[in-house]
Amino acid sequence: MDTKEALFKYCLRLADNNLVLGHRLSELCSNGPILEEDIATTNIALDLIGQARHLYQYAAEVEGKGRTEDDLAYKRAEREFYNTLLSEQPNGDFAVTIARQFFIDVFDYYFYKELLNSKDERLKELAARAIKEVTYHLRHSTQWILRLGDGTEESHKRLQTAVDGLWMYTGELFEMNEVDEILIKEGIAPNLNDIKTKWESKVSEVLAESTITKPEDGWMQTGSRKGMHSEHLGYILAEMQYLQRAYPDAQW
Amino acid sequence: MENQELEILFQQKIDREEKIEPKDWMPEAYRKHLIRQISQHAHSEVIGMQPEGNWITRAPSLRSKVVLLAKIQDEAGHGLYLYSAAETLGVTRDEMLNALHEERAKYSSIFNYPTLTWADIGAVGWLVDGAAIVNQVSLQRTSYGPYSRGMVRICKEESFHQRQGYEIMAHMAQGTPEQKAMAQDALNRFWWPSLMMFGPHDSDSAHSAKAMRWKIKRETNDELRQKFVDKTVQQVEVIGLTIPDPELKWNEEKGHYDFGEINWDEFYNVISGNGPCNKQRLSHHKKAHDNGAWVREAAEAYARKKQKSVAA
Amino acid sequence: MSKQDNQWPLWEVFIQSKTGLPYKHAGSVHAPDKEMALQNARDVYTRRSEGTSIWVVLSDNIVASNPDDQEAFFDPANDKVYRHPTFYVMPEGAKHI
Repeated sequence: MDTKEALFKYCLRLADNNLVLGHRLSELCSNGPILEEDIATTNIALDLIGQARHLYQYAAEVEGKGRTEDDLAYKRAEREFYNTLLSEQPNGDFAVTIARQFFIDVFDYYFYKELLNSKDERLKELAARAIKEVTYHLRHSTQWILRLGDGTEESHKRLQTAVDGLWMYTGELFEMNEVDEILIKEGIAPNLNDIKTKWESKVSEVLAESTITKPEDGWMQTGSRKGMHSEHLGYILAEMQYLQRAYPDAQW
Repeated sequence: MENQELEILFQQKIDREEKIEPKDWMPEAYRKHLIRQISQHAHSEVIGMQPEGNWITRAPSLRSKVVLLAKIQDEAGHGLYLYSAAETLGVTRDEMLNALHEERAKYSSIFNYPTLTWADIGAVGWLVDGAAIVNQVSLQRTSYGPYSRGMVRICKEESFHQRQGYEIMAHMAQGTPEQKAMAQDALNRFWWPSLMMFGPHDSDSAHSAKAMRWKIKRETNDELRQKFVDKTVQQVEVIGLTIPDPELKWNEEKGHYDFGEINWDEFYNVISGNGPCNKQRLSHHKKAHDNGAWVREAAEAYARKKQKSVAA
Repeated sequence: MSKQDNQWPLWEVFIQSKTGLPYKHAGSVHAPDKEMALQNARDVYTRRSEGTSIWVVLSDNIVASNPDDQEAFFDPANDKVYRHPTFYVMPEGAKHI
């Protein structure tokens, strides 16, 4: 694999993460616990899908085969998507939505901070834009973790269940493969081991303050770096890609 | 002062085009009328999120996805502004939501029609928002201050909504034969319900006369409907679609389009709960509300705990 | 059940559109506490870059003058034109004053 191919795949991974999580949040539109929260969730979804678009556009440029952002989002199959298993997990109740968001926000926050040092100018620019958005996302999800964890007995129980249930997907956030190796050497991508340490300390701190017990690290699910997903992704794509697939000659 | 005397002063103020503010004296019937109208308007924005939300996950391009999402978010925001305006009249949002759930309050019956294809998202943005905008532009001059200010903000923000819908329709009308058929079909299904959005004929409207005298409404249902038809016909022609009304014809003498009679039987049936989606829309809203109860309670419980610990 | 439910307290939102300008009332939001009120205000009222800074205050904490007092409160200022610069006659030709 050369640097160009690695960079292409790397951009796809980041874009897929944002698109799939943005898709999940967009499913919540008109389903929020209160109108204000509906608007907040939509803001985050818009940020994420916006980031995905920039990343797909860059991926398409790097690839240089004339594909567009929509080709990349709408015309790849399940095994060609590289988003994390965590990002595709169903919304569940509000506690699951918030726990999933929080784990990813903490990751994104430290990740984009590191990506600001990338030797790739475009990724650096993207990171500068994303870090502002992600800082707010993290603030939002942290506030909710505190309120649900230390709110009522019921909310505490629900959040603990959500955290326990999603924990097995968190290990994968930090997995690295050949793509990372190549790009770390070039100074383009951050080393995810460094991010893992920061992630763990931040997550421990917030969970402790919210009176939630941090789960023991056990068996971690894996697969997305090779395009192996949970059954959920197939349905996301079936829904998302339906019009493009049903009318391949149409422009939208 | 006697009520009668106050009422005369109130009407004089309205006639001078002065705005009524929350703490001003107002006839109880004026307050009631406003609460009914503004909360109905707010519910419409919020329930209106559903038929459009139906297509967010299936939007055919990333651009159309973010645009649609931003638009629906605006509807949520507009619902919120309107609830706030109604709250200045002494009713709580909780009470308004209860009234909605118990079917004591209504919302625009247009949202009881389903969005079946992607072209329907075009039709909703173009025709439904288009009709709403005609009404809302007029309401910017409504006599109640908070409602009027809310309308000004909403009109400003909504200016892109109709374009979003028209762009989808225009694109599809010039696309493949299948796309064009979808666009025409959407126009066929949404045309008449859009005209119904302006409400019954003035002669049949229970609240119209009073609302006009109090300048809550500034133009009548029929005047607004005519405005909408007049400006929309040309837009239909430009993109090569056909309005499903054989009686539609330019009337040189009046300087307006003549158009056919609305199916009022359908209108009253949809209003009274027999539309294709009435039950679905309401149960969706209730479900989200009920599912959110523990979240709202948790946040309140947390706030109470923190306040106690500050006080202690 | 929904009878006892509620929508959180109401907060008034004031937004400064540019540094140096006064804060202007933008509308209101519901929120359980001040941190969330600030966030909700940001999410609801600055979607189109309307602001650089936000104030939120519990609606209950706002004290408003009563419309019945309007004359007593505000009319006395009407005949004090000497508070406005145009009240004064300046000699012909004087500059920068």
